[in-house]
Amino acid sequence: MLDRSFYEKADEIIADHGKGKESLIPIMQDIQSIYRYIPPELLTYVAEKIGITEAKAYSVATFYENFSFDQKGKYVIKVCDGTACHVRKGTLILERLQKELGLSDKKNTTDDMLFTVETVSCLGACGLAPVMTINDVVHPAMTPEKVSETIKKIKEDEA
Amino acid sequence: MNKLRSGEDLAKIRTKCEQRISSIKCRILICAGTGCLAGGSEKIYERLCELCGNDPNASIEFGDGIACSDIHTDVQKSGCHGFCEMGPLVRIEPYNYLYIKVKPEDCDEIYNTTVLGGKPVERLLYTMNGVTYPAQEDIPFYAKQMRLVLKNCGHIGAEHIEEALAFDGYKALEKALLTMTPEEVIDVIYDSNLRGRGGGGFQTGYKWKQVARQKETVRYVVCNGDEGDPGAFMDRSVMEGDPHKMIEGMIIAAYAVSASEGYIYVRAEYPLAVSRLKIAIAQAEEAGLIGDDILGSGFSFHLHINKGAGAFVCGEGSALTASIEGERGMPRTKPPRTVEQGLFGKPTVLNNVETYANVPMIILKGSDWYHTIGTEKSPGTKAFAVTGSINNTGLIEVPMGTTLREIIYDIGGGIKGGKGFKAVQIGGPSGGCLISADLDVPLDFDSLKEKGAMIGSGGLVIMDEDTCMVEVARFFMNFTQNESCGKCVPCREGTMRMLEILEDIVNGRGTEEQLDLLEELGRAITDTALCGLGKSAALPVLSTLKVFRDEYMEHVVEKKCRTGTCKALSSFMIVPELCKGCSKCARNCPVEAISGELKSPFTIDQSKCIKCGACADNCPFGAVTRS
Repeated sequence: MLDRSFYEKADEIIADHGKGKESLIPIMQDIQSIYRYIPPELLTYVAEKIGITEAKAYSVATFYENFSFDQKGKYVIKVCDGTACHVRKGTLILERLQKELGLSDKKNTTDDMLFTVETVSCLGACGLAPVMTINDVVHPAMTPEKVSETIKKIKEDEA
Repeated sequence: MNKLRSGEDLAKIRTKCEQRISSIKCRILICAGTGCLAGGSEKIYERLCELCGNDPNASIEFGDGIACSDIHTDVQKSGCHGFCEMGPLVRIEPYNYLYIKVKPEDCDEIYNTTVLGGKPVERLLYTMNGVTYPAQEDIPFYAKQMRLVLKNCGHIGAEHIEEALAFDGYKALEKALLTMTPEEVIDVIYDSNLRGRGGGGFQTGYKWKQVARQKETVRYVVCNGDEGDPGAFMDRSVMEGDPHKMIEGMIIAAYAVSASEGYIYVRAEYPLAVSRLKIAIAQAEEAGLIGDDILGSGFSFHLHINKGAGAFVCGEGSALTASIEGERGMPRTKPPRTVEQGLFGKPTVLNNVETYANVPMIILKGSDWYHTIGTEKSPGTKAFAVTGSINNTGLIEVPMGTTLREIIYDIGGGIKGGKGFKAVQIGGPSGGCLISADLDVPLDFDSLKEKGAMIGSGGLVIMDEDTCMVEVARFFMNFTQNESCGKCVPCREGTMRMLEILEDIVNGRGTEEQLDLLEELGRAITDTALCGLGKSAALPVLSTLKVFRDEYMEHVVEKKCRTGTCKALSSFMIVPELCKGCSKCARNCPVEAISGELKSPFTIDQSKCIKCGACADNCPFGAVTRS
């Protein structure tokens, strides 16, 4: 059972978007933008409130790549895997990030809940390829060395 | 701004906006597109505001008492100028100087020399082959373009409706609403033969006509801003740089088909586009250009924004409308078509961003004028995002029918690093490859279809001679397979099998028979998949197989990748004669596969080597070779 504040927040969000079934995606987006993931209990709650089955809500939530039921780190790093970034060696950026943080394709959040590393299809910043974003801030023209520096800096700031 | 209730109201405020612009002695436009922002343009904006005494938070107010004269400098955040490679960009009018790669510490000099002195800061100007180009319009990258849709991108502040109004914004809406019938509007668009810029090339006017004649009276207008093709960012730039143009196009479409609600579906990966659109819609609502009884015409229209949630397939019409309805974004079988039963089961006009942005100028200047641009069957211009191994990465707009050669060599400045041109991937994961023999093919909807490629949404990824085409095909197949929604078997299973084969090939396990199997699978998917994305999923493979079959053969027969891209097929060696024994390679090797004594040649343990290439990249003497 989540803290009551979660449900109160969800009520506010539902009120913002209305109770139609077409509100499901915007509601989940807002929930995710607050908690950086969707607490499963809230999905059940929202489904009931807007009058759709839990199964339906779950099927929609799992269809879209942006929704996650797993908690994410404080810094969500997304590495662009669009064509332009790929042609300009974006894979090396991902490899270095995973190596620095001890992550893999299967395990994408660090145990201290500080970092989550994901890939994302084209961010549309192809002129600056290869790029990655940290909490939606674009970091242009990345190199493996710059990755290491950036991670080091965040770790220092957090220490 | 007060609500505008008539054409006169609009004309009055427009005059004010124009006067304001013309009274400005020096206008600074700082590119605040996604690219330049990432390069640090926000700091440049703040610094220049500080220097010029502008308050960055003050909006432009148009009360009766406010004099619009005597503005010395005006600092604006504009949308994408397109020349992303050279960002952050700063344009200064009336001189039209374009400063490239500007840093916050350059601002003082810009202020003193240009804003106060009217002289250019030479070192920030673009130089090519020894020629310096002070004026933006003379730079070859711009000189060969024809910017109509993107005309205002980079030339107006993107967050103020007053800026759009000063540059003909909502003039076409005024004309359509107050002087034309919906039928006349449709006729103009139909006669212009404006074709859908999202990739399909379907006639826009025909779509509108079909929606207008449905019996059902509740209708919708939807804008597809789910620009998911990797390497394409035309629509993003329009939404970020000139959102009012696209919104105006949507309102005109709604008027033409008598729709009173509209939806814009934008990719969640474009947060800046979403926020600029929200600002633009709020401002248009405040001005009464969206809402009830627009300009006293009796026509009402409301506009909503929906954010995507990370599914490429939602760029397909029926998947997109399903997603707005709160469903899984999966395409459905057609008919019924979107024009008959689209959003919420009602007749729906669904066009993409660039298509809507074409509408206002066609209404203003007429269909005959539109036919003077581009080719006979594909009139108008097309925006392309040019990326990859090219000198001038960026966003361009050229008349339909322009050749690849002009785009790559005249506008794009040629291949990066002076390498040879190999191929261009056009139309993203649904498109095909064009090679040097196709450099003179005019780019329009029909001539590309003949080549087995398609114009797609307009992404051009340029590849040089060091690009492995088999790997590129694998990359695209991996993308499509990831994004396959799973509804129909051919796409769900077929792309998986094709991907497995391609992975075998790049990992040195491929056989010659697999190439035929790839082709057979590709044809089957193309023939039987449910939606447009599935039907075109195999195109990158089929087209590279046709054009670069020798490269595939090398991979499967000789187990060789001529570009050294496919790691499993290459190995690294240290040439003893060139190695000085500095140990830099050993220090950079992530798996400690390199060993040796300082000042004598090092060696690589092939059983440990993961072929990452770090040694070759870091060797100061070029002693590491790839074979």
